[in-house]
Amino acid sequence: MSRRHRFLGTRINPKRYHPSQMPFFLFLIPFSVLMLLPILFIVNQAFKPQSELFAYPPRFFVRRPTLDNFSQLSSLISSSGVPFSRYLLNSVFVTVVGVLLAILFTGLSAYALSKLKFRSKKVLFELNTLALMFVPIAVQIPRFLIIAKLGLIDSYAAHIFPVICMPVAMFLIKQFIDQTPNELIESAKIDGASEMQIFFKIIVPIVAPAIATVGILAFQAIWNDTTTSTLYINDESKRTLAFYMSSLVSAQGNTVAGQGMAAAAGLIMFLPNLILFIFLQSKVMNTMAHSGLK
Amino acid sequence: MNKINKPIWFLIPYWTLFAAFVIVPVLAAVYLSFTYFNAIEAPTWRGIKNYIEMITLDAVFMQYVLPNTLKFALIVGPVGYFLSFLLAWMLAQIPKKPRTILAIILYSPSLTMGVALSSMWKIIFSSDANGYINSLLIKWGVILEPIQFLSSPQYLMPIMIIVTLWSSMGVGFLAMLAGILNIDQTLYEAAYIDGVRNRAQEIFYVTIPAMKPQMLFGAVMAVVSTFQAGSIGVALSGSNPTPEYAGQLIVNHIADYGFIRYMMGYASAVSVVLLIMVYILSKVTWKILGERE
Repeated sequence: MSRRHRFLGTRINPKRYHPSQMPFFLFLIPFSVLMLLPILFIVNQAFKPQSELFAYPPRFFVRRPTLDNFSQLSSLISSSGVPFSRYLLNSVFVTVVGVLLAILFTGLSAYALSKLKFRSKKVLFELNTLALMFVPIAVQIPRFLIIAKLGLIDSYAAHIFPVICMPVAMFLIKQFIDQTPNELIESAKIDGASEMQIFFKIIVPIVAPAIATVGILAFQAIWNDTTTSTLYINDESKRTLAFYMSSLVSAQGNTVAGQGMAAAAGLIMFLPNLILFIFLQSKVMNTMAHSGLK
Repeated sequence: MNKINKPIWFLIPYWTLFAAFVIVPVLAAVYLSFTYFNAIEAPTWRGIKNYIEMITLDAVFMQYVLPNTLKFALIVGPVGYFLSFLLAWMLAQIPKKPRTILAIILYSPSLTMGVALSSMWKIIFSSDANGYINSLLIKWGVILEPIQFLSSPQYLMPIMIIVTLWSSMGVGFLAMLAGILNIDQTLYEAAYIDGVRNRAQEIFYVTIPAMKPQMLFGAVMAVVSTFQAGSIGVALSGSNPTPEYAGQLIVNHIADYGFIRYMMGYASAVSVVLLIMVYILSKVTWKILGERE
């Protein structure tokens, strides 16, 4: 114990506060506050009444918070007659379906690459690792042509399938499944379980943290996406909230009156991401521990 | 029943998507880059003319897009990566409760994916005296007239860099934080017995080698997210092309030629250049980090 007290180097994951941690707090707290400012700003802006939005000089904090901006936003109907609720419903639908499919698809593939035996297993994993460097935005044009060829233009599938193909997610689940002991699978096989049963009954519960992480990544990818609505969807009633919010911002964001609504819109898009992450952050950290590239 | 237990059934869903939205698009981009294609008529072959024209005729590309992209990537990538590591390293050395709260704060800007909150940045950098930055600067007496932040060429790029750095503590940051937290404490104690004397030596001889896999993962994520963030300039300034091409990045150039001018063959050639750039930068980073053993 006395040796530990004299040790002056890095102490990883300390149990309690010690004066030697002071310099870190002195840097981290002001830095985090600075990082938080834009988010605090949007929260304040979203709840400001018209009079405060117009105030000069502008004030950072809201004094008399109201929900005016939100109610104005929800009663707004797009120029083509599609109500706010329709965009919201579309977004919720494609996000829920997309997250479930992303988990199922990447999980199945990750299990096969980790535990099943077949030829070309190594090649597929290498290919996926190479695809970590893939930048989807670079191939917008061929992707558009493929979506068109597959007849997916104006379908909900166009919001989902291109977005849930996430090499990072597959990589993370695979690395996580690698940690589960083979004996577990072997003994289940002796008990007569099939591979699919093993996957759903044994692997899925064990790798829950990785699944939560993939869920969160898929959620962010789909919920925030505006490109699918812009490029693949012409039918306004099938576009998503993210698209509507961003088009609203370019239409209204430049007027002072629209600023409050734009901030409210930004907050509505941002909050679900944050809440989900706060709930699942310990699982995400657990998964990230196995994220290393060798 | 036994049939669905073959590996192929596990693989089909994911790898069908992978083929349709990663492999085929990359191959198609390579093919189209050698053609003239306007999305209406069938593509016609023109060899490497697109690439030659990119270098010799496309003044915008050579003068603005390429230098802008390199500048943006070479600042945002390394600075964002260094910041992620530094913050993760500090966070690992404070107790769990404050660490979790601070990590959530630092990570949360990356949740906005840059573009989602561009409305907010527009308000902050608004060009009249009512804009927040402008009104502060006027109040402090730094400037007399409001600055047209988002529509003037000399300010757009620095603002793009700041906004992207703000949201750069993403998945790579979390991976590095997890990596540091999992380093065995005894490694540090042993290193001090072996003659490591200060924190700087400690970082190079213990921390980085012990978490190298996460460092590599973080590096690849940094490169990819830097290029993926390319549409920020258009989102901020509200126009493609950006004012005087000041914030024009390679991603905007692709959208400009592909979806505005419908010169999809040429745009594909630019895409191929982008994919190669990302690949080379990732590999170079990999090499640099890999040699530190």
